[in-house]
Amino acid sequence: MTTVEQVTQADKWVGQALRRKEDPRMITGRGRYVDDVVMPGMLYMAMIRSTEAHARIVSIDAEGAKSAPGVHGVFTGEDLALESPLPMAWVPPGVEVKSPETLPLAKGTVKYVGQAVAVVLGSSKYGVRDAAEQVFVEYDPLPVVVDPEKALEAGSPLVHEEIGTNQTHEWTIGGGDMDAAWADADVVVERRIVNHRTAGAPIEPRACVAEWRGGQLTLHLTSQNPHLIRLFMAGEFGISEDRIRVIAPDVGGGFGVKISHYGEEVVAAWAARKLGRPVKWTETRSEHMSATIHGRDQIDYVKVGAKRDGTITGLECTAICDLGAYYTLLTPFIPCFTGFVISGCYKIPNLKFTARGVFTNKMATDATRGAGRPEATHLIEVMIEQTAAEIGMDPLELRRKNFILKEDFPAEVAIGIVYDSGDYHGSLDKLLTHVDLDAFRREQEELRANGIYRGIGFSTWMEICGLAPSRVVGPSGVGLQAGFYESSIVRIHASGAVTAYSGTAPHGQGLDTSFAQIVADRVGASFDEVDVQHGDTGAGPFGLGTYGSRSLAVGGESLARAALKVADKAKRIAAHLLEAAPEDIELAAGKYSVKGSPDKGMTLAEIAGAAYVPENLPEGMEPGLEETTFYDPENFTFPFGAHACIVDVDAETGKVDVVRYVSVDDCGPAINPMLIEGQIHGGVVHGIGQALFERIHYDDDGQLVTGTFVDYALPSAADVPSFETDRTETPSPVNSLGVKGVGEAGTIASSAAVTNAVIDAVRPLGVTYLDMPLSPQAIWSAIQEAKGRPAPGDPGKQGGSWDDHGSGSAGSGPTAPSEGGAS
Amino acid sequence: MARVSVTVNGVQYDEEVEPRLLLVHLIRDTLGLTGTHVGCDTSNCGACTVHLDGQAVKSCTVLAVQTDGSEVTTIEGMGSEDDLHPLQEAFWNNHGLQCGYCTPGMIMAGADLLAKKPNPTEEEVREALAGNLCRCTGYHNIVKAVLDAASKGVPA
Repeated sequence: MTTVEQVTQADKWVGQALRRKEDPRMITGRGRYVDDVVMPGMLYMAMIRSTEAHARIVSIDAEGAKSAPGVHGVFTGEDLALESPLPMAWVPPGVEVKSPETLPLAKGTVKYVGQAVAVVLGSSKYGVRDAAEQVFVEYDPLPVVVDPEKALEAGSPLVHEEIGTNQTHEWTIGGGDMDAAWADADVVVERRIVNHRTAGAPIEPRACVAEWRGGQLTLHLTSQNPHLIRLFMAGEFGISEDRIRVIAPDVGGGFGVKISHYGEEVVAAWAARKLGRPVKWTETRSEHMSATIHGRDQIDYVKVGAKRDGTITGLECTAICDLGAYYTLLTPFIPCFTGFVISGCYKIPNLKFTARGVFTNKMATDATRGAGRPEATHLIEVMIEQTAAEIGMDPLELRRKNFILKEDFPAEVAIGIVYDSGDYHGSLDKLLTHVDLDAFRREQEELRANGIYRGIGFSTWMEICGLAPSRVVGPSGVGLQAGFYESSIVRIHASGAVTAYSGTAPHGQGLDTSFAQIVADRVGASFDEVDVQHGDTGAGPFGLGTYGSRSLAVGGESLARAALKVADKAKRIAAHLLEAAPEDIELAAGKYSVKGSPDKGMTLAEIAGAAYVPENLPEGMEPGLEETTFYDPENFTFPFGAHACIVDVDAETGKVDVVRYVSVDDCGPAINPMLIEGQIHGGVVHGIGQALFERIHYDDDGQLVTGTFVDYALPSAADVPSFETDRTETPSPVNSLGVKGVGEAGTIASSAAVTNAVIDAVRPLGVTYLDMPLSPQAIWSAIQEAKGRPAPGDPGKQGGSWDDHGSGSAGSGPTAPSEGGAS
Repeated sequence: MARVSVTVNGVQYDEEVEPRLLLVHLIRDTLGLTGTHVGCDTSNCGACTVHLDGQAVKSCTVLAVQTDGSEVTTIEGMGSEDDLHPLQEAFWNNHGLQCGYCTPGMIMAGADLLAKKPNPTEEEVREALAGNLCRCTGYHNIVKAVLDAASKGVPA
């Protein structure tokens, strides 16, 4: 447990649990989020969205809306004139990815419920919604395909007739020899693991405000990567990117869903230019659930081979990946992340992962917290415990038997990826200092005797983050059409105050605080004197943003390097003024002094003063004290850890109660341990949410059944316990800070721990495997089936029926195809 | 249009509003107090929680006209950066927020609980905050913050 220290002076700011710089404005209601931005003459934009999962647009009658009070314009896809469609950034060498053209507003057909068809712009927030009700779209329904496996069958309805197949691509990564894997195995365990569709669901919905002045666009946007958005929009509007400024102010959570470039911001900017007024669009939650990217949605066919002594001989997974109808920025690429970590923490000689992407009549999937790695951990760690049960071995012993050893790092796994550093036994050992497993098993036996089904599940996880070495993931490598360096500026003002600019775009991670700690140490400033800026393309060089747990390992390292460049110049100025050699100047306790004479020295402010009033600088030195860095890492980083979850399952109702959750994580040395704990807490609950509560569900007609927070159950404070967190620190050799990244760790780890715990709890009842979400009905039904009693299908499962049980949602029932029915 | 006379954070306002105007939009759009947030359409998330005559309410579920003659307190009325309310201070000290979007509602809900029950148990805090959703913190530090404020004695 971290204790917050309130420190005003320190020799070393890194490592301290400092209170956040972001907080004073946020706890007093003075944060500035996009929806808070108001401009004179601003119009509101409301979207008209498809109520059909697949249909031809017969006609759009907007006459009533156009004449409604305060309405300035109604536009459809036919009106919108852009230079390019919305981007998808993955072009893998040697793999054909079938890509439909993605437009901000539908033209001709709609292919998922929630697809934007038209927009209304007007002067009143309520008025535009009224007017939107007066836009009548006539649809001619087409056949719908919702189940990705059915979509791959011959004769399935096609989502994109012109593409001719619903399979988007097939991508494989592997190493070793799978025939040998099965030949060497004493047992082969196979499971079909459904990793269902979820929503990122930040509490702040998406929003934008677009304004043109003098041919320049300023766009306030809820974005995790404003620089990329600027570049894309320059393409769409056929102007150079210097004519566009994108500002991501305070952003109310992202979890990946604010990475992509969405049509709404393009339409808002286009309409703002056409109408000569600023335009604001703010997503409703219902829009968020239907038209902001979803995550996960893999059906993983997994096969593990093992010897009786627990040696794993091979792991193969074919993932059927439901990508939805259109791509957002990284849609087909996300399952690759499952492949990159398919070896988990283990020495597995033979590995193969295949992703088969599938079009369905649904919203796109893309990156949400963990992006492919939660799916990997889930399938690996669930299979570890399934395999252990199969060969009658303790699941922790099975793990230990196969762990990559500390001394083996840097460790190349069979698929050719090199893990930077790790100590998997170390984190499990530490976890078991918090969890007395023998005592737990005794308690478990006693409780079972009283009809209480308690279970424990583990997840020894690892991940790949710190995106990324551009040479590896760029166009000629994995095939992303970008570099993945990060940019920084460290500017010392004449007073000694420090502005640190980062190309990242945080949205809750606390980088204003942790980055200030890094810079303060390196330039000899006080934490309070360092102001961190980000999220504004007008403020500094091109940056790649915040996702993939990259901000610290890439952005933080970039800032550290810029700060060291500044310190180096400061040393040369100090040396000149103190009449010493630059190599004899050392920075300690906030002072640049001559080695051996700590009393003879200069503060950063004194040096900055000399740098900006350049009367006496070294010969040939430029005035000023400011440096820019672009940093491209040599490798990814590989955080890891060990989690344990203890649950009680009510065998009568199937309800799960998370009794205890303990984690030991390793993301390298802590910059601010308080922030790390916070990331783990939130991440773990995100994974618990998927395991127990959350599911995006479309019915067989492609209607979204879980379109609000009434039907899509985010965990509340009453659904989860407090957490016990601990850490080990294994530095990464990749960067000078030794840091790895922690934003996604909890989510990557936790769904497997919860699932394994629930299975452990109900195993005495004859249930040996369960898919998520572990709803009361799913568990109850499994218990009934294990007892040989027929149980009704679980509405939360594929093949189950919501119609039998009622979904609780209003107005989102199946839409029967009808002749020319207006809606 | 209808008239509404309401006191918000100690300042009296007389506004002409549409009868259907939600209190949250009166607060945000008419009065310009943007600390109160909107996160859903169904009164689930609690980001818009304010105090109406001393009771925590979700201001997306109250019509502005219903507040005629009432007193409303929003997050801006709880304390300023120079003079923080103990609960605000506790959220800061305990890292009870990350993106900050749910935070105003959480603080208002927490203050409502402590006004009614100055020394709640952890379970009581969790139950009281169940109508306020947070996606960042996993609630751990929010609960800790409320308990910390309680232990120091929050003025009602």
